[in-house]
Amino acid sequence: MKRAVLALIFPLLLLGAWQLAASGSLLSPAYFPAPSRTFEALYQSIISGSLWSPLSATAVRMLEGWVLASLLGILLGSFIGSSRLGREFLQPSLEFLRPFPASAIIPAAIMLLGLSNQMAIFVIAFGSVWPVLLGTLHGFSAIEPRLKEVASTLEMRPIHYLFKMAIPSALPDIFTGIRISLAIALILAVVVEMQAAQPGLGQNILLAQRMFRSPELYAGIIVLGVFGLFANRSLNVIEMYFLNWKDQR
Amino acid sequence: MAGRGKGLLVPILVLALWEMLSRAGVLPIETLSRPTDVFAAGIAALFDGSLFVSTFQTLQAAFVGLCISIMLGVPVGLLIGISPTARLTAAPSFEAMRPVPPVALIPLSLLIFGFGVSMEAAVVGFACVWPIMIATTAAVGTVEGRLEEIARALEMTTFAYAKKIVLPATLGRIAVGVRVAVGIALVVAVTVEIVVNPRGLGYGMIIAQQSLRSDLMYAQLIWIGFVGWFVNGLLMRLDDTVLSRFNVAGAEQ
Repeated sequence: MKRAVLALIFPLLLLGAWQLAASGSLLSPAYFPAPSRTFEALYQSIISGSLWSPLSATAVRMLEGWVLASLLGILLGSFIGSSRLGREFLQPSLEFLRPFPASAIIPAAIMLLGLSNQMAIFVIAFGSVWPVLLGTLHGFSAIEPRLKEVASTLEMRPIHYLFKMAIPSALPDIFTGIRISLAIALILAVVVEMQAAQPGLGQNILLAQRMFRSPELYAGIIVLGVFGLFANRSLNVIEMYFLNWKDQR
Repeated sequence: MAGRGKGLLVPILVLALWEMLSRAGVLPIETLSRPTDVFAAGIAALFDGSLFVSTFQTLQAAFVGLCISIMLGVPVGLLIGISPTARLTAAPSFEAMRPVPPVALIPLSLLIFGFGVSMEAAVVGFACVWPIMIATTAAVGTVEGRLEEIARALEMTTFAYAKKIVLPATLGRIAVGVRVAVGIALVVAVTVEIVVNPRGLGYGMIIAQQSLRSDLMYAQLIWIGFVGWFVNGLLMRLDDTVLSRFNVAGAEQ
C-alpha cells in the first residue's frame, strides 16, 4: 500500500506541475501541451475507436516480422550451431553483422521491394533475426557434451535429439534472443511506418507532429509505451510456460 | 589465423557469386549493384571526403546523446541504488517509461528542437539512458556493505558517500552499461537520420537511394557496418583494460 502511494507520488507531482505550468502558459502548448489535453486526446481516440486500426496495424506488422525472424533464427541457428563446420565458416560473418544498425537496411529494402508491406515485414524480420540466431547458436554450442553421448547411446534419431535434447537445452538462450528481438521488432515497425508511409501508430505520430497536434503526438507515444510493456509482459507468460521445468529441480 | 581465413571464405564466395551473376545479367543492376561498382563508389566517397563528413556527423550526434545519457543515468542510477525512498518513488515511473520505443520520440524531438544535432542527440539520449541507469543501480547493490558502515561512522553526507565510495567502487560495472549504450547510440543515430534528420550516414543512404545511386547506397551500408564493428571492437578493448584495472584494484584491497 505504502509502495503504491510512493510510486504514484512522483508521476502525479510531475504531471501536476506540468498541468499548472501549462495552464499558467509557462510552457508552450505547441511543445508541451497540458497533460489533461493529452489524456483527453487519448480518451477521445479510444471512445471514437480511431485508435484501434493503427494500433492493430502496427501490432500485426510487428508480430509478423517477429514470428518470421524467430522461426528463421531458431532454424538457421540450430542448423549452423549443430555443425562445427557451420560454426567455423559462418559465425565470424554473423558476428560482424550483429552490431549492424538494422534500420540502415531500409533504403536498400525500399530499392528492392518498393514502399510495400512486404518491404516493412522484410525490414522487421531482417533486423530482429540476429538476436535469435546468435542466441540459438550460443545455446547450441553450450550443450552439455554428455547429452550428445546419451543421445548416441540411446541411438536417438537426429530429429529426436534436436527436439528432445538440443532445443530444450538451448531454450533459455533462445528466449533471451527472442526477448531482445521483440523490442527491435516494435522499434522497426514504428520506423518503417514513419519512413515508408505504412499505416500505423508510427505514421500517426509523425503526422500529428507535421500538423502540430502535440496532444495526439503525446497520446501516440503513451500508447506505444503501453503496447511495448504489454508485449514484453505477454512474452514473460509464454517464457514461464516453456521454461518452468528449470525451476522444478 | 586459419580460423580467420575460414570466416572470410563465405563472404568472399558470396561476393564472387554476386559479381558473376550480375555480370551474367541474372541480377538487376539498377537495384543490386555489382560488388566492384559498390567498392568503386565507396573509394570515391572516401576520397572526396563526403563519407568522412557524414560519419563525423553521425558519430557527433551519437556522442552528444551518449554524454547526455551518462550525465543523467549515472547520478539517477546512484540515487536510486543508494536511497530506498528514491527507489520506491521514482523507479516505477522509469519502468513505465522504459518500454517506449525510442523512435517514437523522433517526432516529438523534431517538434521541440527542429532538424539538427540536438534532436538526434535527444533521441539517442533517451534510448541510452536506460542501460546506463540500470547498470549503475545494479552496481550499487554490489558495493561492500562494510563501506556503508564506514561512511556512517565517518558521518559522511549521502553526496560524499556517493562520490567518494560508491562511484569509485562501481565504475567498472558502469563502464559495462556504457558499452551497451554505445552500440545503441550508433544504431539510434543512424535510424533518426534515415527517418527524418537531414545529416549523417543515414541521410546519405536515403539520398543515394532516392537518386537511384544503388552502388553508393550499398557502399554506405557496408561502411556503416564497418563503423559499428570498429566502434564495438574499440570498446571491447577499452573495456578489457578498464575492467582489468578495476579488478586488480579490487583484489589488492
